[in-house]
Amino acid sequence: MTTNRPSLEGRLLPAGGSEAGLSRREMLRYGLIGAGAALVAGSRGRAVDGTPARAKSVIQIWLAGGPSHLDSFDPKPDAGNDYCGPLNNPIATNVQGIRIGELLPLLAKQADKFSLVRSMTHGDNGHETAAYLTQTGRRPADRLVYPCAGAVVSRFRGYDNGYKGLIPPYIVLTESQGRFSEAGFLGARYMPFATGGDPVQQPFMVEGVVSPGLSQEQQERRRKLLGKLDTLGSTLKNDPALAVFHESEAQAYDMILGDGAKAFDLSQEPDAVRKRYDVNWGTWVSRTRFGQSCLVARRLVQRGVPYITINFGGWDSHTDNFKVMRQLLPDLDTGLSTLLSELSEHGLLDSTIVWCCGEFGRTPKIDWGPPWNGGRNHYGKVFSALVAGGGFKGGCVVGSTDAKGEEVQDRPVYPCDLLGSIYALMGIDPEGPLSNPLGLPMTVTPTAADGIPMAGRLKEIM
Amino acid sequence: MTRTQIAGIILLASALMPRANAAESSVSVYEADTEPTVRGRIDELVFGRLQQLGITPARVCSDGVFVRRVYLDITGTLPTATEARQFLRDADPDKRSKLIDRLLERDEYADYWAMRWCDLLRVKSEFPIKLWPNAVQAYHGWVRTCVRDNVPYDRFVREMLTGSGSNFRDPQVNFYRAVQSREPQAIAQAVALSFMGVRPERWPQQRWSGMAAFFSQIAYKPTVEWKEEIVIFDLEKSRSPQGTESLRAAAFPDSAPVQLVPGDDPRKTLADWLVHPKNPWFTRNIVNRVWFWLMGRGIVHPPDDIYPENPPVNPELLACLEQDLIAAHYDLKHLYREILNSTTYQLSCVPRSDNPMAAANFAFCPLRRLEAEVLIDALCQITGTSEQYSSIIPEPYTFMPKDQRAVALADASITSPFLEKFGRSSRDTGLESDRNNRPTAAQRLHLLNSSHIRRKLETSHELRAILAPDLSLDDLISKALVLVAPNPIVTKIAALMTPDPEVPQTISEIYLTALSRMPTNEELEIAATHMKATWGDEGPRDILWTLINTPEFSYRH
Repeated sequence: MTTNRPSLEGRLLPAGGSEAGLSRREMLRYGLIGAGAALVAGSRGRAVDGTPARAKSVIQIWLAGGPSHLDSFDPKPDAGNDYCGPLNNPIATNVQGIRIGELLPLLAKQADKFSLVRSMTHGDNGHETAAYLTQTGRRPADRLVYPCAGAVVSRFRGYDNGYKGLIPPYIVLTESQGRFSEAGFLGARYMPFATGGDPVQQPFMVEGVVSPGLSQEQQERRRKLLGKLDTLGSTLKNDPALAVFHESEAQAYDMILGDGAKAFDLSQEPDAVRKRYDVNWGTWVSRTRFGQSCLVARRLVQRGVPYITINFGGWDSHTDNFKVMRQLLPDLDTGLSTLLSELSEHGLLDSTIVWCCGEFGRTPKIDWGPPWNGGRNHYGKVFSALVAGGGFKGGCVVGSTDAKGEEVQDRPVYPCDLLGSIYALMGIDPEGPLSNPLGLPMTVTPTAADGIPMAGRLKEIM
Repeated sequence: MTRTQIAGIILLASALMPRANAAESSVSVYEADTEPTVRGRIDELVFGRLQQLGITPARVCSDGVFVRRVYLDITGTLPTATEARQFLRDADPDKRSKLIDRLLERDEYADYWAMRWCDLLRVKSEFPIKLWPNAVQAYHGWVRTCVRDNVPYDRFVREMLTGSGSNFRDPQVNFYRAVQSREPQAIAQAVALSFMGVRPERWPQQRWSGMAAFFSQIAYKPTVEWKEEIVIFDLEKSRSPQGTESLRAAAFPDSAPVQLVPGDDPRKTLADWLVHPKNPWFTRNIVNRVWFWLMGRGIVHPPDDIYPENPPVNPELLACLEQDLIAAHYDLKHLYREILNSTTYQLSCVPRSDNPMAAANFAFCPLRRLEAEVLIDALCQITGTSEQYSSIIPEPYTFMPKDQRAVALADASITSPFLEKFGRSSRDTGLESDRNNRPTAAQRLHLLNSSHIRRKLETSHELRAILAPDLSLDDLISKALVLVAPNPIVTKIAALMTPDPEVPQTISEIYLTALSRMPTNEELEIAATHMKATWGDEGPRDILWTLINTPEFSYRH
């Protein structure tokens, strides 16, 4: 049931509803929609289509720009130098029969914890449209802007459905993607809270939560002054709009002065733990934004936050792909493998889905000529995704590509198949209704009637 | 004299000062001490209804509230401290209606109302509306010119509905491009929503298809120029058997007989029917919309969902506004003036009745959170800072000039984290709900504690100007007058405080800048006490920080 609680991200429906935006009638409708959705989506633990809801949280590692599948999770050592370049020596993992790129040695030791989908496909080669497609499962040309996975989870596993945390239900570390509209038609209530700041720095300046140069005492003094000078508030004691305003403010102060801020305070972690996320380059060690973001994500999962996205960009390797791979893959390898180990050590991996991919793969054939000098271009036809935890089996490979990684060979997986699998594990019915401003009949993931290609959820690893 | 002594004297002075009048406890700073009086037909109908229901209307709002309210409602801009001060000092009994007339002629009026129209018309570059930047600029420019020149509303709509030509050179044709789908059904839906205030989803399918048929002969043709598109009536299509067949279904939503001349653009026939004064939806929609925009609540509410089961709360009022606009030949500024000059509009936000019907019957002014664009512009104005807006399509990126106001941005695809967080219209559907003014904790975090706002306060030119004013003699006199005239205790305190004579002045100036009014005695004492416990700029900055974090700043009241 829709509650009156203002979310950190969004709008809420006050008891009085006198404000212009929403009439009583509309509220009633929202309320009914909320109730309907709650009934359909069910409570935690309910099986969707035979899939028990094992996951409580999702961590999405978004490799913005689109990483090369050949250099990461789908190596093709026999395709020759024009396809492999210098990275032609894939390594064995702790699961027999699975080999991955040579720049991922730490993940190779954890392959029993994750599965690889090597047959991801959608065919779109534009960054924005492919990012939209991969994270919403919908075509970019439709009438509405659809919500991405984080907003959908926030809708069905956030404040509307019993989440009570001080920290917003959908967090982005550290910057939003910009043109990508996360919440789509679901609206601001389901938008992510982007932390800003840099978790490598001490303190991690979470935007709006941690303020430099203002002591706790000064914050409290200002808050008191604000209370004393709120003349409109003390004049209109019963105004419903102001009640919402003041309640939002109390929540904000819970974050600033209360326990909310502590979730982001990495100084509470032993240094040895922070160091596990540092990248070892052989001759030196560096602390990275991605690695420390993984650590923050683990802390957020411990506090029950249902969806966390880590935006990790820089994969758009048109020029000198192999230099880019040597810079980024070790960072991914360290952060992601440590995250999987830590989740497992804390007993959280069974209830936490980790999924990692970009918006597309990259052209298997290398462009050696200037100005690309060994570059790879956009390739929506084939890409790889890593999934782990929360009910996904480890140590498996779904689908395969041809000898050069240019075509999906068997078991294509479309974005809506992957997203639907994640929703099902979170106890959200992918075929349940999704309310929308046009009042169109709509389901959480597309159905065959939507004319979007799909090949079924990942039952083989669920 | 020590700081403690001064504080003591202030407290003493306030204790000794008799309250300005006995009514102070009941009349707040937001109200004038006058009972509302009927000033025209609108008031007769509103107050008549209130009387029937036994509801006491609120008092008339104070001058401080009025100046802020009309600046925000007409221009989407805060009055500057100087503008607010001039208005408060003005003794002319007609100063309110004169201010309304002046504001309706300001450029900011055109900026702000072009923004509101572009919300409704879904003006944005990227999906689901795909106008693309050049066409957005052209379309926004055309809408803004129509608003500025006060083009009669019926002509404004007719031009959009009957336009043909290039999306760059005949900008009104973009109406047919700023739709979620180019199917006749979707176009009919956009027309019904925008100009009739109805949702055809509620109609029998046949009525919707009947209206859609008028849009079945539109053709979209690309040109050699990048992203140029010609929108025309397709004569060939209309002569084809298929075209004739689809036109046969054409029917007006009110079942009036349709006379189509073969070879004529059916959109013209529909426009003739729509903008006719006898059309049951056209005038009703616009007067109700404007009422909603200015009053914060429609006579039919919500204003974009008019249907029989959602009747007007005051049918006589709606009918009166309709007749009035028709008699004024669809002069929208006339309609604005009628509403803005009514006592009903000028009521305070402090209700004097707890009757649950009071709000719906306009017994007081409802609070409305400032639109995201208005709010960021106001923050920039009172701190003397600016925002950087840019567009990442097409490459190379476009950077807006530094003094770009958010209200004047043409394109909903040009945005900022602030605008997104504060619920700027997505311009996806054209529904009023595309814009979301509801407060959230994330918004409160942003205003209370973000580096964005902190930087604005720290680099504020305005605040520095207040603290170290470079004043002309005229300014000095006017400031002295403010101190003497409305608030005797201010002068008293000022006289007592030889070491810091500027403190009350500083506080008053910050209040005028942020809240467009003078502080009350109580506020002055609290602020002065706080200022004395701090050093340097910190005190004034704390006061400004506090005021922008009060709901009085975020809400038009």
